[in-house]
Amino acid sequence: MRPNNITQHVITALVEDKPGVLARVSTMFARRGFNIHSLAVGPTSDPRLSRMTVVADGPEMEQIIKQLYKLVNTVKVTEHAPGAAVEREIMLLRVNAEPKRRGEILDAAGIFGAKAVDVGKVTITFELSGEPAQLADFLELMKPYGIVDLVKSGRIALARDPKAKNGRRPELRTA
Amino acid sequence: MSETLTGAQALIRALEHEGVDIVFGMPGGAILPVYDPLLDSPIRHVLVRHEQGAGHMASGYAHATGRVGVAMVTSGPAATNLITPLQDAFMDSIPVVAITGQVAQTNIGLDAFQEAHTWGISAPVTKHNYLITDVEDIPDVIREAFHLAATGRPGPVLVDIPKDLFVETMAWHRPGEINLPGYKPSVKGHPKQVQAAVDMIHAANRPVLYAGGGIIRANAADRLRRFAEVANLPTVTTLMGRGAIPDSHPLALGMPGMHGTYTATTAMQKSDLLVTIGARFDDRVTGKVDAFAPGAKVIHVDVDPAEISKVRQADIPIVGDAGAVLEQLIFAMEHFLDTKPAPERKDWFDTIHNWQEKYPLAYDQDPDGPIQQQYVIQELHRITGGDAIVVAGVGQHQMWTSQYWGFERPNTWINSGGLGTMGYAIPAAVGAKAGAPDQLVVAFDGDGSFQMTMQELVTAAAEGINIKIMVLNNSWLGMVKQWQKLFYNERYSATDLSGGNPDFVMLAEAMGCAGLRAEKPDEVAPVLEKALAINDRPVVVEFKCDPDAMVFPMVPAGGSNDDLVLGPEDLA
Repeated sequence: MRPNNITQHVITALVEDKPGVLARVSTMFARRGFNIHSLAVGPTSDPRLSRMTVVADGPEMEQIIKQLYKLVNTVKVTEHAPGAAVEREIMLLRVNAEPKRRGEILDAAGIFGAKAVDVGKVTITFELSGEPAQLADFLELMKPYGIVDLVKSGRIALARDPKAKNGRRPELRTA
Repeated sequence: MSETLTGAQALIRALEHEGVDIVFGMPGGAILPVYDPLLDSPIRHVLVRHEQGAGHMASGYAHATGRVGVAMVTSGPAATNLITPLQDAFMDSIPVVAITGQVAQTNIGLDAFQEAHTWGISAPVTKHNYLITDVEDIPDVIREAFHLAATGRPGPVLVDIPKDLFVETMAWHRPGEINLPGYKPSVKGHPKQVQAAVDMIHAANRPVLYAGGGIIRANAADRLRRFAEVANLPTVTTLMGRGAIPDSHPLALGMPGMHGTYTATTAMQKSDLLVTIGARFDDRVTGKVDAFAPGAKVIHVDVDPAEISKVRQADIPIVGDAGAVLEQLIFAMEHFLDTKPAPERKDWFDTIHNWQEKYPLAYDQDPDGPIQQQYVIQELHRITGGDAIVVAGVGQHQMWTSQYWGFERPNTWINSGGLGTMGYAIPAAVGAKAGAPDQLVVAFDGDGSFQMTMQELVTAAAEGINIKIMVLNNSWLGMVKQWQKLFYNERYSATDLSGGNPDFVMLAEAMGCAGLRAEKPDEVAPVLEKALAINDRPVVVEFKCDPDAMVFPMVPAGGSNDDLVLGPEDLA
């Protein structure tokens, strides 16, 4: 995990909701030898459009952004500087939880606001959404108990409202 | 009451609506239903002998006419045979629409007979591509495909249509308005940038106008010439931009780059400002990028924003159509010169004229020696007065044609620039002649290049498309041999064609063409006269050429344009 590594770029692309668009976008990264770290696609408020959030490793993204714009189905492409966007990810994490350790595991989870969504005989599955760094911290904390399984949604990002100057990161209060 | 049509009929109707007059293609299983209504259409079908030919013919047609060329083939191997011409057209920004049949939708993904994932294979080699899944979409998709192929930065568009849609019926409707929210090519340049460009041009001491194929594609050659004259700019034309300004024009310096003229290459190298329009700093132009035109600022006009600062950082980027931006530049420059004197730049022009005098293109035709390829090109130019559409394959002959044929008009030079597709000449010439039947269409080809697509001479003969192919036969893969001579210690690995070359005259005759041959320099002019006099079938003329001739000037690959080699004497 290296959520704050500067070689990671967060790019959102507003694209037409048409077959093949995902393939066109991902091929563009592959063609230039860039590895896609995570990719999330979903609908927007406009039913004709989808938003893709791509987290990719690479030295610079200017050319790839221009090339993405060249795709006929691409409406808008934005690279988000660190902190310029609200970035979120959701994680489902199954940890070993022998009955005698459940208390401490639930305590730790409570600090992060992780929800227990499935409890078995010897495991608990948590759901946690938040900034990538929070997810990484929680994962680190749970490691000693034994991670059984893990799935992440891939990062989603939305540019911050440029007009909101005060209290622009209210979500930090829970962290 | 709208008419009920099958998908096949709707496709033909949609093509007619686009003004298509010729389709280059070959039928097969999946496209078969379309070939039936084609019989009732005024659209002419040219039956090719290999689908690659159909793609290059569509490209040659587009080059010669400025209109979208159309290729139509079946699924599977036919579609994959189109990939090379699509990539070729993509790299040279040639407007082509390819229509491919696909297996029925119930069979897609089942490894059905002649199934290929055409959409996936063609996506990286096209400007855009479609797989139609609803018969009702046919008119709108065809409208979009032609719009995309022809506008902005032109390019190839592929439309894949499953066989079952051809036999389904639909209520014909004229295509609706184009709705592509992600596709809005810029036309006019930003006025502030245009003004800044004019200021920078006026202040420059050693400017060069660097004109590329974008000028030709934008039909802007007249405005390029006018701008060069108004701003008094020496002008180089890239391989794709030949003809953008007449080669006989006093401001024209010829082609720059790896095999460019000394003057064009060196003027760019020494310039303090490159006024770049519709060109893309291709590696064959720049040589080693780090050493390219080190003292030059760059104005870069291109309709494709992704080209700007891709290779060389632009000081003044202008995104827009070459013709529209040239109009703005001419207007702004004329306005500017109302109040300020035009810079004379005498030193710069003296330097340039000195280079032109000292380092012209040169070769030596020994009357008793073998035929020099350049001599054939110059003789044909002399005899025809240069009034022809000229096509080339890829290799030495292509470079010599670009160097030695004086191009006076746009759309008269057709070649494969970006991809360097050997075998381009014959099918591209067929396409050009089909689109411009009243013009003389000649192709210079190499013996290697010729053998890659020669079966399209059968197409030409069968269709009465009377092109003239000049085979400059040196019995080698000449350009590769040249590199082996210069960089591989004269170790000629797999480049000697002499043992296996066919008898080109017999071959031509066997394919329904006239076959002629010249073996000595004094036979060149008479055989050319004879070739020009034959107009009832295609003509192939074989010239037995110097096997050791090399293309000069030359910048060795990866080298700086400062280290240009003028001839073999420089290589010692």
